[in-house]
Amino acid sequence: MRFLNTATLLAALFIACVSAAQTTAITGATVHTAGPAGKIENATIVIRDGNVAAIGTGVAVPAGSTEIKADGKIVTPGLITPFGQIGLVEVNAVEGTVDYVQRGDQFSASFDPGDAYNPRSTLIATNRIEGITHAVIAPEGQEADEFGNQSRVFSGLASVVQLSDENYIVRRGTAFVANLGETGGTLAGGSRAAALMVLRTALDDARDYARNVQAYEQGNRRKYSLSRNDIRALQELLDGSKPLLVKVHRASDISTAIRLADEYEFNLIVMGGAEAWMVADELAAADASVILDTLANLPNSFEQLNARLDAAAILARAGVRFAIGGDGASQNHNARNITQAAGIAVANGLSWDDALKALTLAPAEMYGVADRIGSLEAGKRADLVIWNEDPLELTSYPEQVFIGGEAVPMESRQTLLRDRYLDRSSGKPPAFR
Amino acid sequence: MKRTTILAGAICAALTGCDRTGDANGEAGNEAAETPAAYSSRYQPLPSKATLLTGATILTGTGERLDGADILVRDGKVVEIGNELAAEDVEVVDAAGMWITPGIIDVHSHLGVYPSPGVMAHADGNEISAPNTAEVWAEHSVWPQDPGFVTALAGGITTLQILPGSANLFGGRSVTVKNVPGRSVQDMKFPGAPYGLKMACGENPKRVYGEGKGAAPSTRMGNVAGYRKAWIAAEDYRQKREKADDGDGEAPARDLQLETLVGVLEGEILVHNHCYRADEMAVMIDVAREFGYEISAFHHAVEAYKIPDLLAENDICAAVWADWWGFKMEAFDGIRENAAIVADSGACAIVHSDDQRGIQRLNQEAAKIVGAAARVDIDIPPEKAIQWITSNPARALGIADSVGTLESGKMADIAVWDGSPFSVYSRVERVYIDGALLFDRDDPAVNPVTDFSLGTAAMTGGAK
Repeated sequence: MRFLNTATLLAALFIACVSAAQTTAITGATVHTAGPAGKIENATIVIRDGNVAAIGTGVAVPAGSTEIKADGKIVTPGLITPFGQIGLVEVNAVEGTVDYVQRGDQFSASFDPGDAYNPRSTLIATNRIEGITHAVIAPEGQEADEFGNQSRVFSGLASVVQLSDENYIVRRGTAFVANLGETGGTLAGGSRAAALMVLRTALDDARDYARNVQAYEQGNRRKYSLSRNDIRALQELLDGSKPLLVKVHRASDISTAIRLADEYEFNLIVMGGAEAWMVADELAAADASVILDTLANLPNSFEQLNARLDAAAILARAGVRFAIGGDGASQNHNARNITQAAGIAVANGLSWDDALKALTLAPAEMYGVADRIGSLEAGKRADLVIWNEDPLELTSYPEQVFIGGEAVPMESRQTLLRDRYLDRSSGKPPAFR
Repeated sequence: MKRTTILAGAICAALTGCDRTGDANGEAGNEAAETPAAYSSRYQPLPSKATLLTGATILTGTGERLDGADILVRDGKVVEIGNELAAEDVEVVDAAGMWITPGIIDVHSHLGVYPSPGVMAHADGNEISAPNTAEVWAEHSVWPQDPGFVTALAGGITTLQILPGSANLFGGRSVTVKNVPGRSVQDMKFPGAPYGLKMACGENPKRVYGEGKGAAPSTRMGNVAGYRKAWIAAEDYRQKREKADDGDGEAPARDLQLETLVGVLEGEILVHNHCYRADEMAVMIDVAREFGYEISAFHHAVEAYKIPDLLAENDICAAVWADWWGFKMEAFDGIRENAAIVADSGACAIVHSDDQRGIQRLNQEAAKIVGAAARVDIDIPPEKAIQWITSNPARALGIADSVGTLESGKMADIAVWDGSPFSVYSRVERVYIDGALLFDRDDPAVNPVTDFSLGTAAMTGGAK
C-alpha cells in the first residue's frame, strides 16, 4: 500500500518495542534540548521510568535497553501549546461539546474547567502526532448570551495537561485568567477602568480575608465582592504561587496590568499582547511573561493598531520571556500550527533557538512546571519528539512522539479518514475499508 | 475545464440584454463610450519600467520549473522567460537565489467587506435579511482602505475575489479585484473579469434563518428547495426576456435578483458555492444539472477528498484551507491532505484563505498540504503546488487568459521570493502588478499605506 510509508512502519515498531518498564535509548540524533546544554550533536538520550536518565554525547547505551537509532533526525522536547481549550471542546458550534464557556456570578476566579477535561477528545491525537505533548487549558470569557448572562472579569483557572491517556493532569489550577482591555471592559459594564476596578476590589477583599480569616468564617466580616471560594483561591495569587494571566493587547493596558502586578505583588502573564513590543522594556523589568500571537500584524481592533510581525524578535531582544501560540489559527483544533507561528517569527528576526524555547521551556517556566517539563535534561520527564527535519519547517513532521517515555500511537481520527479514502483498492464503498 | 474564459466585453457583443444585467464590468464600455458604463472597472496600471529579473528559480504556474532563469517584462506584460535573456533599455534586477512565481490569487477573500478593524460598523459582508440576496453586489461594500489589502500584498497577493458571506443561500455577486490601492472599488476592479455568484450550502443558512429567525430554510432540504425555487423563477424571467427580445410581449420589469441568476444561466456569472460536506456537494451538482448551469468551484470543500472523482467529472474546482477543521459540525472531517488528494485524482485544487491572515501566506498553507501528502507518498513538487494558488484560482475566476501563469503576453503580475515559497522562512521580496513595482521589502518607500494605517506601526513594521 503506497500510503504506508516508512514513518508509519517505524511507529509500529516503536510501539511494539517500547514500554514504560524498559530502558530506552535514542541514539544518533541532533538534540535541541531547550535547556542549558543547548544543542547536542550525535546525542544519546537514555529514558528510564518515564524520565530522562542521561543525555549527552558519548553517553553509553545501557545493557538490555531498547535502542532507537535516530541518525540524521532532530529531537526536541515535546511542544507546549500555551493557552487554549484542548479537551474542553470537540466542535465549537456544537454547544454540548463546549466546556470552556461560563456565564454568571458563580463562575469567577475559582472556576476550574479542568474538571471537564476529556483525554479522549479528537483534538488530542490530532495535535499529539504533530509534536504537541502538553497543553494549557483555560476558560474563555464570553459576552452576554440571549438571556443577558455573561462571563466575569475573572474567567477562572488554567491547568497544564499532558496529552496522554492517563495521568494527564500535570498541574491543576496553574494560573488565574482575567480579561482587561476591550473584552474586560465589556464584561465589567463598559469601561476598561471598570474591569480594573473589579480586579482591585477582588484583590483588596482577598487581602482583607487573609488578615481576618476567622472573623470572615464566623460571619463577622463585611460581604466581599466575590464568593468565599473565589476569595480563598485568590490567596495563591497574592502569595505569589500562581500568576495572573491577563488577556490584553493595547500598550497602555499592558502598562496598567504591570502596575497592578507591582502593587499587589503577583506574577503577570500577558496573553495576546499585540502591542507588547511597545512596552518590552517595562515587561522585562517587571519579569512579566507574554503569550504572543506572532501572526498579528493587522489592526483587528483599536487596541491592536500597532501589531507587527517582528514583535517576537523585539521581545527577545528586550529579554522578555514569551511563549508562542496566542493566534486563533494555532490553538485548539490546530494547536499543531504553533510550529508555523514560530517559523514566521524566525522569518521576521527571532533566532531559531529562541523560537524553540518559546514552544517549550518558556511556557513551562511561566506556568511553574519547568522542574518537570519543557526541556530535555536528566531528571526531567521524557517528553520528546523525533522529527524528520527542522520542526519549524512547514513540510516537516514527527516520526515519533514520546510522552513520559512512552511512544504514543502516531494515529488520529484524521489519519484514519485519510487512509480510508486513499485506499480504493477493494472497490467497496468507504464504509467497508 | 470546459468553460473558456470570456471577457465581459465579448459577452456584451455576443449576448443581448447585457445592459440590463449591468455586466458592464469590462473594457468595452471604456473603449466605446465617452462616459464609462456604470460600475465598470476604472483600473489603470501604475507606471512601470521595463524590467529584466535574472537568475531566479521560476515556477511559471503552468506546471513548469525553470532554474537559473530570467524573465523580461515590458509595458506591463510578460515578454519572455528563458535563460540568459538579453534586452536593452531595461532595469536589470539580479534575482539569483530568489524564486519567482505568478502573483498569488486568492479565490476567497472578504477583505474590504469585512475589513480591519473588525468593528460592527465595518461588517458589510453578509446581507442577513433574506435567504436569497442575489441582488446585492459585494463591490458596493468594499472599503478600499482596509489595511488587509496591503498586508496581503506583502504576501504576494496580486488578485483576489471578494465574496459576500455565507449566511444566505444566494449571498450576492462577488467582485474580482487587482490588489492595488484605490480610492474606490472601481479603481481596483479586474478589467474584464466575470462576476461570481456566492451560494452557500449547509449549516449557515439553516442556522441564520431556521434557528435565528424561525424562517425558511431550517434544514438542508429546505436549503435545496430554496435554490430550486429561485432557479425556476430565473428560468421564467429569462424566457420572458427572450420573448420580449423576439417581439413577443412586454419585457418584464427589471429585477436585480433575477438578473444575477439569469447571468449564471447564461454562463456570464460564475458560481462559487460554499459547501463543506461531500454529500451536499453531490446534491449541488444535481441542482446545477437540473437548471443547466456550471459550478466553478466549491469553496471550503472540507470533504472534497471523499469525492475527487465527482469533482473531476464535473470540472469543478475544490477551494480549500490547509487544515481548518472542527469549528463546526460540517468541518469535523477536515484533513490536511484534502487538496493533495483532489489534485492527485486529476481534479482542480485551490488553496484559499477566507481570512485576512491566511491570505498573507497562501504559499505556507499550500506547503503544509505538501508536507502532509508526502507522509502518504503523494509527491507534489513546488511547480505543481504553486498552481493551487495561481493558475487554478485564475481558472475558477475566469481570468486564466490574462493571469495565473507567467507566459508571454500575460499580465506581468509577479511575486519575487527570497527563497522557496514553500519554506516558512521565505518572504516576499517584491511584487509587480502589470509590471509596476508595488511592494519592495527593501524599500518601504515603495509600499502603499492605507489611510487607516497612517501613524501606526504598519507604516514601518506592520507590513514587513
